[in-house]
Amino acid sequence: MPQPLDTVKGFAVTFRQLFKKPITQQYPEYKRPVYPRFRGRHRLHVHENGLEKCVGCSLCAAACPADCIRVVAAENTPENRVSAGERYARIYEINMSRCIFCGYCELACPFDAITLGNEFEISEYSRDDLIYTKDMLLAEPIKRVPVADPDLYDTPIPYYETHS
Amino acid sequence: MNNGEPWWISLIKAGIIVNLVMLAFAYTTWLERKLLGRMQLRYGPNRAGPFGLLQPIADLIKLIRKESFFPVAARDSLYIAAPVIAMFTALAAFAVIPFGAGWQIWHYHVNGEIANVSIGLILLFALGSVGVYGAIIGGWASESKYSLLGSMRTCAQLVSYEVSLALSVLGVVLMGQSLNLVEIVNKQGATIWFFIPQLAGMLVFFFAVIAETSRPPFDLPEADTELVAGYHTEYGGMRWGLFQTAEYVNMITLSALAVTLFFAGWHGPWAPLGPLWFVLKVFILVSIFIWIRASVPRLRYDQLMRFGWKVLLPVATINAVITALLVVWVH
Ligand code: SF4
Ligand code: SF4
Repeated sequence: MPQPLDTVKGFAVTFRQLFKKPITQQYPEYKRPVYPRFRGRHRLHVHENGLEKCVGCSLCAAACPADCIRVVAAENTPENRVSAGERYARIYEINMSRCIFCGYCELACPFDAITLGNEFEISEYSRDDLIYTKDMLLAEPIKRVPVADPDLYDTPIPYYETHS
Repeated sequence: MNNGEPWWISLIKAGIIVNLVMLAFAYTTWLERKLLGRMQLRYGPNRAGPFGLLQPIADLIKLIRKESFFPVAARDSLYIAAPVIAMFTALAAFAVIPFGAGWQIWHYHVNGEIANVSIGLILLFALGSVGVYGAIIGGWASESKYSLLGSMRTCAQLVSYEVSLALSVLGVVLMGQSLNLVEIVNKQGATIWFFIPQLAGMLVFFFAVIAETSRPPFDLPEADTELVAGYHTEYGGMRWGLFQTAEYVNMITLSALAVTLFFAGWHGPWAPLGPLWFVLKVFILVSIFIWIRASVPRLRYDQLMRFGWKVLLPVATINAVITALLVVWVH
């Protein structure tokens, strides 16, 4: 059923929009804060005494649906103690060009050794640069993305219970 | 044919006009993106230069530098010729459109159009029909089913709407008593702008123009959401750019034709500003096309055909018949 009047109304809407301020957020100048639990670039963690948390068990690699983690484990020796466990990850690589940021690696890890951070600006000019080595993952990442105040987004439990 | 104008003046004018039309095309794309953006609460291009004004140039450089690959199965010569045909006919059509009253420069008389053809209107439509071959050949020569389907749609649509397009201007031809665009404009300057007595004709013309240039809501030939991109699916780089140019130049040319036929061409409140009035009117029409694009969703294919054959064609025919009767009655 043709509705000519409604079509004319549509024209009025588009014309009015012309004089409104655009709502676009201009990205590189303005960075919208990410949610506190946003899943971005990974990090490997160390214990307070400097030993690595990762024990090279490869559970994260097994859980990864994109198959982008590569772990090669080696035995800790008394002279060369890297991690707190029996073994440590001699090689730990994540291929960021394949990662889908699902966070399964984080869930699989029995020692909370790997977590996903908030960084999302990880584009590179070359694919090779997207293979993150252990050193890169251990290093403190450059903070470029603002993170919103967690309290703003955490749903209070009573509210959650009454509304679900 | 040229009213005593030496051939080299026409040549210089042709050069200037072609470049001006290309410039107008470039900034029509900018205007379209900008206006569409603002109508959707976005900014549109705003990175290349102030207000994104260098965007068309950046796009051009990008398109030209792209690798010009084509499908192995494509028929080379036709595949390459198709965008050229589309582009050529689109640009050539501008030759007969008058944009000014003519001037006396030194002791030469310069006409306000490149070629004063006595059957200008017919020439324009003929060129438009040849332009359809660009789309048909392009789609067929790329040897891909999407392109072929797209070009089939394109010719079905363009052929259907060409009928209404040609019929809708009959009223103007009858009132102007000429097929010469200059005379039609002069007649309007002397009597009345034809969009008042020919309102129905103008509306039909306008709809048919949207369909002819395959702009939304009649953009079935492209219909990005259903047919990857229609007849130019297999084109890339500047070859694709030529098709796109042809489409926009067609839009500008047909807007200019609408201005010539219905809005008295270069006539305006202050005569010496002739070409400026012309440009202003074309600009307004082009903006209206863009506005329509922002406001109306695409028609379904059967709706498109029904609209063309069952609404536009009868209206155009009745309009032509009534005008003819009135013209005979008045004389
Ligand atoms: S986030 Fe998902 S895809 Fe990425 S490394 Fe971890 S498990 Fe693999
Ligand atoms: S990051 Fe965790 S799951 Fe992966 S190898 Fe190390 S300890 Fe195992």
